[in-house]
Amino acid sequence: MAASLSAHATRSRLRHLRERLVESLLFLAALSSVAITIGIVGVLVVESAGFFKQVSLLDFLTDTQWTPLFDDAHYGILPLMAGTLVTTAIALVVAIPLGTITAIYLSEYAGYRTREIIKPLMELLSAVPTVVYGYFALLFVTPLLQKLLPELPGFNMLSAGIVIGVMIIPYVSSVSEDAIRAVPMHLRESSYAMGATRLQTSLRVVIPAALSGIAAAYILGISRAIGETMVVAIAAGMQPNLTWNPMEPAATITAYIVQVSLGDLPHGTIGYQTIFAAGLTLLLMTLVFNIAGFILRKRFRQVY
Amino acid sequence: MDKLKALIARRKLFDRMFSVIGLLTLTVALLTLATLILDLAADGLPRLNWDFFTSFPSRFASKAGILSAWVGTTLVMLVTAMTAVPLGIAAGLYLEEYAPKNWMTALIEINIANLAAVPSIVYGLMAIGLFVYTFNLGQSILTAGLTLALLILPMVIIATRESVRAIPSNIREAAYALGATKWQTVRDHVLPYSTGGILTGVIIALSRAIGESAPLIAIGALSFIAFLPTPPISAEPPFLSFQWLMDQFTVMPIQMFNWVSRPQEEFHHNAAAAGLVLLGMTLIMNGIAIWIRYRFRKRIKW
Amino acid sequence: MTPEINSTARPAGKVHLSNVPAASSAPPVKALVRDLNFYYGTVHALKNINLEIAEKRVTALIGPSGCGKTTYLRCFNRMHDLYPGNRYEGEIVLHPDNMNIIGPKIDPIEVRMRISMVFQKPNPFPKTIYENVAYGLRVRGVRRKGVIDEKVEQALQGAALWEEVKDRLHQQAYNLSGGQQQRLCIARALATEPEIVLFDEPTSALDPIATARIEELMHELKERVTIIIVTHNMQQAARVSDYTAFMYLGEVVEFSNTNQIFTNPTKKQTEDYITGRYG
Repeated sequence: MAASLSAHATRSRLRHLRERLVESLLFLAALSSVAITIGIVGVLVVESAGFFKQVSLLDFLTDTQWTPLFDDAHYGILPLMAGTLVTTAIALVVAIPLGTITAIYLSEYAGYRTREIIKPLMELLSAVPTVVYGYFALLFVTPLLQKLLPELPGFNMLSAGIVIGVMIIPYVSSVSEDAIRAVPMHLRESSYAMGATRLQTSLRVVIPAALSGIAAAYILGISRAIGETMVVAIAAGMQPNLTWNPMEPAATITAYIVQVSLGDLPHGTIGYQTIFAAGLTLLLMTLVFNIAGFILRKRFRQVY
Repeated sequence: MDKLKALIARRKLFDRMFSVIGLLTLTVALLTLATLILDLAADGLPRLNWDFFTSFPSRFASKAGILSAWVGTTLVMLVTAMTAVPLGIAAGLYLEEYAPKNWMTALIEINIANLAAVPSIVYGLMAIGLFVYTFNLGQSILTAGLTLALLILPMVIIATRESVRAIPSNIREAAYALGATKWQTVRDHVLPYSTGGILTGVIIALSRAIGESAPLIAIGALSFIAFLPTPPISAEPPFLSFQWLMDQFTVMPIQMFNWVSRPQEEFHHNAAAAGLVLLGMTLIMNGIAIWIRYRFRKRIKW
Repeated sequence: MTPEINSTARPAGKVHLSNVPAASSAPPVKALVRDLNFYYGTVHALKNINLEIAEKRVTALIGPSGCGKTTYLRCFNRMHDLYPGNRYEGEIVLHPDNMNIIGPKIDPIEVRMRISMVFQKPNPFPKTIYENVAYGLRVRGVRRKGVIDEKVEQALQGAALWEEVKDRLHQQAYNLSGGQQQRLCIARALATEPEIVLFDEPTSALDPIATARIEELMHELKERVTIIIVTHNMQQAARVSDYTAFMYLGEVVEFSNTNQIFTNPTKKQTEDYITGRYG
């Protein structure tokens, strides 16, 4: 009896030990995600610090030229920002209307069969590698647009923006659709019971109810468009150019980073450090939008 | 009454118009996809032959091939998968089954949501500072694999969490009621029943990683690689080698990028062909993922 | 037929089996519940429960929704430990070794290895029939296939399911009907040879025929194990149990042998519930 009791106790202790061990290992795995963020922020801040020792923040934010490799080097981020903002704006002009209409159509109008076929196809649209989209923008969309606008240069922000827009339609539409589906049926039923058509119900009852979720979808789209790299690198050219005219070539923040990485700048030079300063700016921009999107998404989940 | 009827008729007309607009919108999106694939095929299909797959890049477009590129992709994906899958599943299990509701857990969750939306090129910048220089891993396959692994880690974690969350609590209670410990319940029930969903998510995440070029360009993947990495298995002792991890490399999307950036049209055909192969790989992986999801949904109905 | 109310007041507090008028001599005690209090966070869900559970008998817990009967049941196998914020006070002492199963030093896993549970909605694992029954054994480290085979057969026989499934042990459990699935869950609970089996409204999701089979099963099972059953169906309690406790708002209002409770309850509250004045 005593022997089996002590064997029992040892088994119990071993069991506890094993459980503790497993939990610790799994916890470390979860903690690794925090380590990644620390890594990203750490690298960007440390390298940017080197950059900002030599360039003042004011110059960085207000200089209208970005020419780090010239003898008379300028380090103003505005040209790159302009490139990013213009392409993003064009992308949104494409993605927001098309994405929202798609979302409304799929959730309020389309039948079950249609939805089951379309949704995987939409997923496919977002699964195409971005280099392929870049190829498409440069070698199909630009020539096509040149037929309509003969003065359009080979590298321009318009094609890039349009293609990015099409690329992010699935993001906008699927998150919007989730928000729309989350609106409870009884709200719709009360609208129909008053004699409203499907369109009226969708526009006047469903969309307002799903607004914060739809806004979150838009923000997701913005964030994705800002961070897009390959399409702009291939189709918009890599020359920094402070302009708001989409029919000109320009470089975005992301395309600039690619350009430097393709070159031979040695690590540690200020020319090289510019990519970290640019990267930090990019991160901060997307961070602001991510936080806004996160808050909005939490709000729309809480309401129901 | 007549006025009302006219009003209703007009409203119904708008409704039908929207229905048409909606269908048109869908068509535009899908038409673009179709056009893209057709354009790629038209330019690239003639270029796809056995030589294309077995030649190295070259200054002559007609001789250039994707050998180093697809080998590089395969090896880099190997490292990515072996890092991201265990790490991501473990983290997902912890967050769903073990994590208490305190500030640290909230911090981790916010963190993962944020990482999922960081632009991919930023991961490349981090990799430069961390892997290439601080850890001294150089511009190697190992660095590339780790970078992509960290990029897709949030996707794997989220897929794991959603699959695990779908398991109803009464199944867990039944296991506990039989005297199972937490780890036994996770190992014998939670993990096996969520495998389908996890696998689907992992495959989709890996298919995204295959198409990623921005972070790898940042860490310095070259695109004129006319050699293959050191083979892992050799005829002489010690038979198994890990040297390939530290070798330089190129991957499919970067090869395509390099060719499409050249002015000569013949290279554009090569780029299209490479794009077709890349697209084919991505589509096959997504197709497998969708099939797995369908099969698993048939087997276990919650 | 209005039951007659015994006017002599019964002492509140401890209820001994020997106090309870029974046809035969008092059976041995399997579990002694002493001053049990339970809190969900700050909510005082169970108040000062004192009860004796008779060995190898069926004890039923009845009462209106929210009276705490399921909460009380789940104390016996420490199910509440799975969710944060719950607190036990008092003792539940198991005989013959006098272990207080809600003691803070006692591992809930050990408790669950002695006390099994059958849930309200049949919840077989998405595994084969064989694997469902075998799981409890595997958790205890039983590895030899011969031993497992034998115990699985015994358990399925004990749950009156063996004849129906012996040729399809390796098919998925989900292919069984609702009643069969519940009997499978009973077999799963029996395979580990527990001392007490807890039934949480086991037939509320089943049709009358399946219900009758399970009630019949309980008559056989009580020769081997002690049974505690929670049911919202009073007639079931009357059919199946030897002792019945009537609970209301977290307290045991009356506890007696089943016959007494249903024909001659001593408290007005009990009588009102049984005659359907409230539910």
